[in-house]
Amino acid sequence: MTRRESRREGGRRWISPTLIGCGTILIVIGVARGELGVILMKAIRVCMECVGIG
Amino acid sequence: MRQRSIRGFVQAGWALLTNGHLTGFWTGRLYQGRLKQICVPGLNCYSCPGSLGSCPIGALQAVLGKSGYRFSYYLAGFFLLMGGVLGRFVCGFLCPFGWIQELLHRIPLPKGWKERVSGFGFDRTLRWLKYIILVLFVVALPLTVVNAVGGGSPWFCKWICPAGTLEAGIPLAIQNPMIRDALGLLFSWKAFILTITVAASILIARPFCKYVCPLGAIYGLFNKVAMFRYYIDENKCTSCGACRKNCPMRIDPARECNHIECVRCGNCRRACPAGAIGRTDPRSIAARRDSLKI
Repeated sequence: MTRRESRREGGRRWISPTLIGCGTILIVIGVARGELGVILMKAIRVCMECVGIG
Repeated sequence: MRQRSIRGFVQAGWALLTNGHLTGFWTGRLYQGRLKQICVPGLNCYSCPGSLGSCPIGALQAVLGKSGYRFSYYLAGFFLLMGGVLGRFVCGFLCPFGWIQELLHRIPLPKGWKERVSGFGFDRTLRWLKYIILVLFVVALPLTVVNAVGGGSPWFCKWICPAGTLEAGIPLAIQNPMIRDALGLLFSWKAFILTITVAASILIARPFCKYVCPLGAIYGLFNKVAMFRYYIDENKCTSCGACRKNCPMRIDPARECNHIECVRCGNCRRACPAGAIGRTDPRSIAARRDSLKI
């Protein structure tokens, strides 16, 4: 493995944990903002658009 | 062969697990418990009578279209989390609509038909369509075309999504006479899209995933950096082309094994006679082996 390749791979190794960390933080913000309630209200009723009524 | 059968079981099991409200198919009533606020990773209509979770694309449009929100932190976080861990592994293992397309593609046709159609000329160009659909129908239109109280409508679900027609529209129309009576021109349009999707799935592997699915478009962006990714051992690869010939997404894994279109079906890994494609970095294995020798 060349030094450049190993540096690139080493850099990549940090990307997914960073994404996971950021993702978790954003999910917590979304939950605190009440987005789950919006999703629940949409999901428990028949979605007229999805079914094809409009 | 073993991995293929395992993948089939995972796909079937996941589809059953996330659509486990089986009484809904008899009563025509949706599950209304709190689990419904949690998104499932794959494309699975929340109006399916069996659905226990929410479709991330439908949920995204619901939040974007709700006046006072205009951005979904929850869904942005969900996509980062799923993408960071799995990437398009979700498409290959955890998407019920992807699984349905695979089953349809197993329907036998006269010899040569599938090969002739799947290599059509504008295949590569058409793959950009899903990004246009993502930007326009999933984000821009629900955000900008709003009613008097500032609410937007789920444009993708309304005008494009064949999963909604198959998983929700048809079962609910069978069970509920009021819904049946309300069906009109929009349902005919959506039934037309579903028919095209079914016919195309018999001829081409996963056409909806390749050309239309906005969820696959999002997860594909993470394929190169997700925790679950493939590695190619260049010392073992003989460039025989077996992986390319067996790829249902028509990519060349020997050149780019973490391509944005790869759904991690594993066909390339099984086809490789040299065992050059793996889930662990061969260079890090070699480095570890060298350090142990010292």
